[in-house]
Amino acid sequence: MTFPILSVITFLPFAAGIFILMLPANRKNEARATALAAAVIDLLLSGWVYVQYLTQHMTGYQFVEKYAWLNIPPLNIALHFGVDGISAPLVLLTGIVMFTGVLISWGDDDPHVMAGIQDRPREFFAFLFLLAGGVFGVFVSLDLFMLFFFYEIAVFPMYLLIAIWGWVKTREYAAMKLTLYLFIGSVVALVGALAMYWTQYQNTGVLSFDMLEMENAGFSAAFQNTWFLPVFLGFAVLGGIWPFHNWSPDGHVAAPTAVSMFHAGVLMKLGAFAALRVGVMLLPEGAKHWSWLIMTFAGVAVVYGAYIAYVQTDLKYMIGFSSVSHMGLVMLGISTLNETGLLGAGVQMFSHGVMTALFFAVTGMIYDRSHTRMIPELGGIAKVMPFATIGFIVGGLVSMGMPGFSGFVAEFPIFMGVWGEQWLVAVICSISIVITAAYIMMNIRKVFFAPMPEKLEGHVGDITMLDKVAITTLCLFMIGIGVFPSMMVPMVESGVTYIMTLLGGA
Amino acid sequence: MDYLNTHLLSLILFAPAVAALIMFFLPGDAKLHRWFAFSASLIPFVLTLVLWSRFDANATGFQFEEKYVWYEAINSSFHIGVDGISFSMVLLTTLLTPLAILASFSVTDRIKPYMMLFLFLETGMLGVFLALDLLIFFVFWEIGLVPMYFLINQWGSANRNYASLKFMIYTMGGSLGLLLAVQMLGVLFGTFDLLVLYQNWNSLNPGDVLLGMSVSTVKSIAFWAFAIAFAVKVPIWPFHTWLPDAHTEAPTAGSMILAGVLLKLGAYGFIRLVLPLYPVEAKIFAGALAFLAVAAIVFGAFGSFGQTDFKRLVAYSSVNHMGFVVLGIAAAGLAAGTTEAHIAMSGAVLQMFNHGLSAAGMFFLVGAIYERTHTRNLEEFGGLFPLVPIYGGILIFTSMASLGLPGLNGFVSEFMIVRGSYLPLTVYTAISMLGLLFTGAYILKGIKKVLHGPMNEHWAHGEHKLTEINTREVLVMVPLMALMLFTGLWPRWILEIINKAVTALF
Repeated sequence: MTFPILSVITFLPFAAGIFILMLPANRKNEARATALAAAVIDLLLSGWVYVQYLTQHMTGYQFVEKYAWLNIPPLNIALHFGVDGISAPLVLLTGIVMFTGVLISWGDDDPHVMAGIQDRPREFFAFLFLLAGGVFGVFVSLDLFMLFFFYEIAVFPMYLLIAIWGWVKTREYAAMKLTLYLFIGSVVALVGALAMYWTQYQNTGVLSFDMLEMENAGFSAAFQNTWFLPVFLGFAVLGGIWPFHNWSPDGHVAAPTAVSMFHAGVLMKLGAFAALRVGVMLLPEGAKHWSWLIMTFAGVAVVYGAYIAYVQTDLKYMIGFSSVSHMGLVMLGISTLNETGLLGAGVQMFSHGVMTALFFAVTGMIYDRSHTRMIPELGGIAKVMPFATIGFIVGGLVSMGMPGFSGFVAEFPIFMGVWGEQWLVAVICSISIVITAAYIMMNIRKVFFAPMPEKLEGHVGDITMLDKVAITTLCLFMIGIGVFPSMMVPMVESGVTYIMTLLGGA
Repeated sequence: MDYLNTHLLSLILFAPAVAALIMFFLPGDAKLHRWFAFSASLIPFVLTLVLWSRFDANATGFQFEEKYVWYEAINSSFHIGVDGISFSMVLLTTLLTPLAILASFSVTDRIKPYMMLFLFLETGMLGVFLALDLLIFFVFWEIGLVPMYFLINQWGSANRNYASLKFMIYTMGGSLGLLLAVQMLGVLFGTFDLLVLYQNWNSLNPGDVLLGMSVSTVKSIAFWAFAIAFAVKVPIWPFHTWLPDAHTEAPTAGSMILAGVLLKLGAYGFIRLVLPLYPVEAKIFAGALAFLAVAAIVFGAFGSFGQTDFKRLVAYSSVNHMGFVVLGIAAAGLAAGTTEAHIAMSGAVLQMFNHGLSAAGMFFLVGAIYERTHTRNLEEFGGLFPLVPIYGGILIFTSMASLGLPGLNGFVSEFMIVRGSYLPLTVYTAISMLGLLFTGAYILKGIKKVLHGPMNEHWAHGEHKLTEINTREVLVMVPLMALMLFTGLWPRWILEIINKAVTALF
């Protein structure tokens, strides 16, 4: 029997989380070290899966594991894991965000600084790992029931993490709003999933949640057209699709740094990925029927998100809305339903994840030391945090879609995909590039290079070594993929090819 | 030796970027960083001389071609090559960068990032001149913006924030159409290779329907999308307003490169992409293009004449001189295939080279006097010739080259442009002479205000005493002046290479 690597990746965070909870409460550093060790192992394992998939030129679902879970005949729920070219990068992304999230939460317990998580780190890391395990689970699940199972596991700790460790002013409100939005979305999607389950039974006599079987369930066009929207939009709520994006910036702002990184970096991908995996891949005819609507929503998100980000004065809100804009590009890529568009969407999910994790990490470092995120109250950060500044600039260039960085590698095919379907949308959405460049450059100047306000003078120190490691890790991925697209594109392409066969074209 | 032949262009292209990366890790003081950057920038120059010695001027088409896999999924490859036109631009770039770095030895603030940005900028500019793949062209086109933005924004003078953002947003906004048109070409032909696109794009049947419009309509729109992107960069009226701001606020060496090379990127875009891809449209819209060019010539000259800021005066003179380049290009587009076109186009390319020399020299001289007096206001100078005879001599020499005095380089190229444009675009050429008249006026005004007239005693004595230009500064000017004179006396050394390439292409 081969090494069950995906199970290990998925369940290790749960095990580590439980172990951390059993440590004595005052052993803060032991809790952190355990968390870091688990994160490193998960990063290495997910990296190994990624590298194997890439270098062996694999296609289809690999590293497949299948165990009976609830094997009573009418249920037939299996723990069915596997990764394809779309999900393997996302598994790696989760590993990266987990690793860097732990690093930057370690913080600095110097009483003058108190950066990172100093309040109950034990519980914090336990919940964070619960979240991480859930995320891994969604990305590797090939069973629809399991996908929902992990999906809910991932959403729930967000509530606690935000409500307990979040920003005092809005954390209860934001935590509540976020959880309700996401639960409503997933309930709607769950109803759709159950409808698929029963219809499959009527069509084929098979009772199973296995998504690979559901792909051949022969859903009628009318069925697909009815159920595509609830399923797709139900998940896409978590992807921050307009007009259901409203919870997302509030959640980002209220969440502690590492949770913001998870939230924007990984959790929003969860929504987009599930919408793609369940909505588009199981209901391809419905996707074709409704793609115009998704494209409209996504197009609005891209341009409107960028405008709203432009006018923000709170750094975290700015990043939050820029995430709406960039996730809109993912949805835009998905809505094209053609090869280049989907390819771009796949790369954009990874690229945006790394980029936004970096943004939130640096913002958190600034906030911990200056106690403000208001752009007008900040300034001169470059002098005291040169390394963080470089990191933020790299992130900014990715965000602008600057060639040579991963953002360009992702956005260019998305726009090409849109050209193939509806050129007018591409023209309109391209406006967002200039708006993004404007607000990113303006805010980089204001926060990092403008003269430092007197209030901050002398109070703001440099970041820790661990912070620098985290920033370097994230930057390397963005530059690496930007310069050598073949580090990621071929495997995403193989995943897209499979989706194209389901869509019955090309 | 064989390796050198097959990789010469990539070596030239990436040597500065690699040097910049090494510099990031280079410890040591300012002196080391300065000399390291200077020596590193000599490498591409020496390699360009090697390239020259092996360049076959008689061969048609591109030489030293290199092609590597880059972004396979959308069929874009890293394809570079050089012909006579791009060679002259590569020579200009690799010559001006060491001089600009030498000119920056007086910079004392954050030398390391400053020099790194210059080296990255060189790679960005060279990439545009060498690219034979539309996407690679765009990649370098955009990426060169970033170092220039930060050079202006961080090391510029008082109004730098406004100027740098304007520069960035104008260029990116202008490039939006180019980006969209590039995407459209990519979707239509499934490749970005220029040599293939030249063929396929021109073999489309004008009556066919494309994107719901006729091919000729699409081509007209795409023509303007390309043309506006390059027109902003050149810049021609009315897209020029970013230029006086950016030039005035940029640090001295930044202005040298901006005027010396960056503006040529736009003109080069016209020559490499617009005319070959849109021969028919270039004919149809030649009048419009010539109108804008003549407006740039005349308004640029008037604008320059009206300035009281020495640097702004030189900045507007760039609008004026680059207008001639575009006039030559427009004439070549209209009269494609005739001798007139060859003369006009050769003149335009030579004018790009010449303006690169004289504009860089002028900006350097303005910077030299600004460093000593901390003012650029022409009213505050006057009668300085006796105080700084060597500086005065150099200034007059360079101004005369800029003015187009026979025997110096500017005369040759401007004469060729006017000679080539006279038959195809008689009226416009006649009007442009009005601009040429005022070129003389504003150049003489500049010289008069600085060097002649009653001496401003403020600079003659005490702590404000104006010091003579130093050896390092003379060394910056010597190669430029030598080339101005040599090209004026014997233009054939470079014109032959240019002319052969032009004759083969147009």
